[in-house]
Amino acid sequence: MSYGTNGNYFAIQTFRLSRKFGDLVAVNGIDLSIKEGELFSLLGPNGAGKTTAIKMLCCLLRSSSGTAKVMGHDINEDPMAVKRIIDVSPQETAIAEHLNAWENLNLMGGIRGLAKEEVKKMSEELLEMVGLTKRAKEQVRKFSGGMKRRLSIAMALVSDPQVLFLDEPTLGLDPQSRRGIWEHIAELKGKKTILLTTHYLEEADALADRIAIIDEGKIAALGTPQELKDSISDIQVMEIKAKNLSLDAIEGLKETYPEVKAIEDGIEIRAKELSFYEIVDYLRPMGVTIQSASLKQSTLDDVFLHLTGKELRE
Amino acid sequence: MRFAELAVRNFKEMWRDPLSMGLEIGIPGGFLLIFWALGRSIGDESFLTPIMLVPGITVFGFAFLLMFSAIMLSRDREGALLSRLLTAPLKPRDFILSYSLPYIPIVILQIALCFGIGVLLGLEMTGNAGLAFLVLLVMGICCVELGMILGLLFTVNQVSGVGSAIITLIALLGGIWIDLGTIGGVFYSIGNALPFTHAINGARAIMAYGASFSGIATDFYWVLGYTVVFFALGIFLFRRRMVE
Repeated sequence: MSYGTNGNYFAIQTFRLSRKFGDLVAVNGIDLSIKEGELFSLLGPNGAGKTTAIKMLCCLLRSSSGTAKVMGHDINEDPMAVKRIIDVSPQETAIAEHLNAWENLNLMGGIRGLAKEEVKKMSEELLEMVGLTKRAKEQVRKFSGGMKRRLSIAMALVSDPQVLFLDEPTLGLDPQSRRGIWEHIAELKGKKTILLTTHYLEEADALADRIAIIDEGKIAALGTPQELKDSISDIQVMEIKAKNLSLDAIEGLKETYPEVKAIEDGIEIRAKELSFYEIVDYLRPMGVTIQSASLKQSTLDDVFLHLTGKELRE
Repeated sequence: MRFAELAVRNFKEMWRDPLSMGLEIGIPGGFLLIFWALGRSIGDESFLTPIMLVPGITVFGFAFLLMFSAIMLSRDREGALLSRLLTAPLKPRDFILSYSLPYIPIVILQIALCFGIGVLLGLEMTGNAGLAFLVLLVMGICCVELGMILGLLFTVNQVSGVGSAIITLIALLGGIWIDLGTIGGVFYSIGNALPFTHAINGARAIMAYGASFSGIATDFYWVLGYTVVFFALGIFLFRRRMVE
């Protein structure tokens, strides 16, 4: 059993967990300790190593070096014990297309050894939770993308796992479906240990107790969403809406403020010290008309940019 | 019996694809009728008599089943579903069983259909029909297990190509249309090393000459041996594919 210094039980612990594919290091020695009942998010762009990390924790990929424990069971030494207590909703919608929603849930409960009555009860509850009760007996190949994704998440819950892995659960969904799924995930908070990967900042911000920002296989930062935002509180972000902005004006501004980014109808400037008057004095002689200027609250996007020099959606 | 749930899913998945299902069941019956008609056209000297055709065409039908079973596993492997299933506490043996078992009713239906059509076309069985059925049943399972191996090694597109090559190979070296003994040489040796001709010869010997089990024991165990080897190889390959 693994306990932290504050007495919390760690549901997931990784120890220098790494995975290489040829010369590519997809996951590079990550150390994480996720508490029981915590909703923990791995936030990073595509190719950062999130899915590789989850696949290793689900015993689908062997680690190249290092290891991890899920509820005390080593992923390399005792994968069957890990598989008995986890479930996963993969990034791709993994459902049996010719089965109906009910049958898909029965399948997942059955292969995890649940009694028929137990599966029936859980399936009823889950179909209700994801709003698919009325469509439960339709073959799922007729479902919309959002419905399939909701079912996919329900399928990961039917066995009532102790640890749940959600790999990009809202990838490619419209904002309305995404928010619907967030509500379902939020309902699970505190009841299960959840490791959620996402490259949507809002998703991690809205749902996670703690976030690890992952980039190029390494953990770049770790903390609660607020802690991460506070970590760059000394950085000011000013958004200026302006007309007649030229590339020359932006490049010139970069000599004083290196982090200048063009945004819709204006620019965004990041710096430890910002002088609005200095910026106005510089832009006005260049024919730029400033319409508005405002200081922004730090977001996780700012944190990511600050830590990696990249934008999350690049 | 966790694998039973997956076997049921695989059976439903198959059953709910009527075109594939129709082809799987209907192919050997259709070929039997076509080749019987060809035989009638050729005349009395033809090799294409019901007693010769029924075992051969039944095994030929299994070759298609081999391809269908391979496609099913390969399709699931390429999609995300199998990855999801692999996170469940199932063993490689469970997976191979759950993908193989749904094809056994199809194998039985194919044999029954070929026997039935054969009788309508004038097949007079001298020996024990149950024994001939058993030999062909083992051959059918053998083909499904070979399908599992192909499904684990190849993508859906590749399976179509490799499967077609295997169907042709079975047709040429299985002694379906012609007696391998009359070809002789290296083709006879290769054909004889494979299980297909043993199943066909065994079933023909029972049907045409009333051979008992002891008379076809070598053929039967040859086919059974291949079935066990293919099953074991399927489990071995699945274990290797479970964790990359």
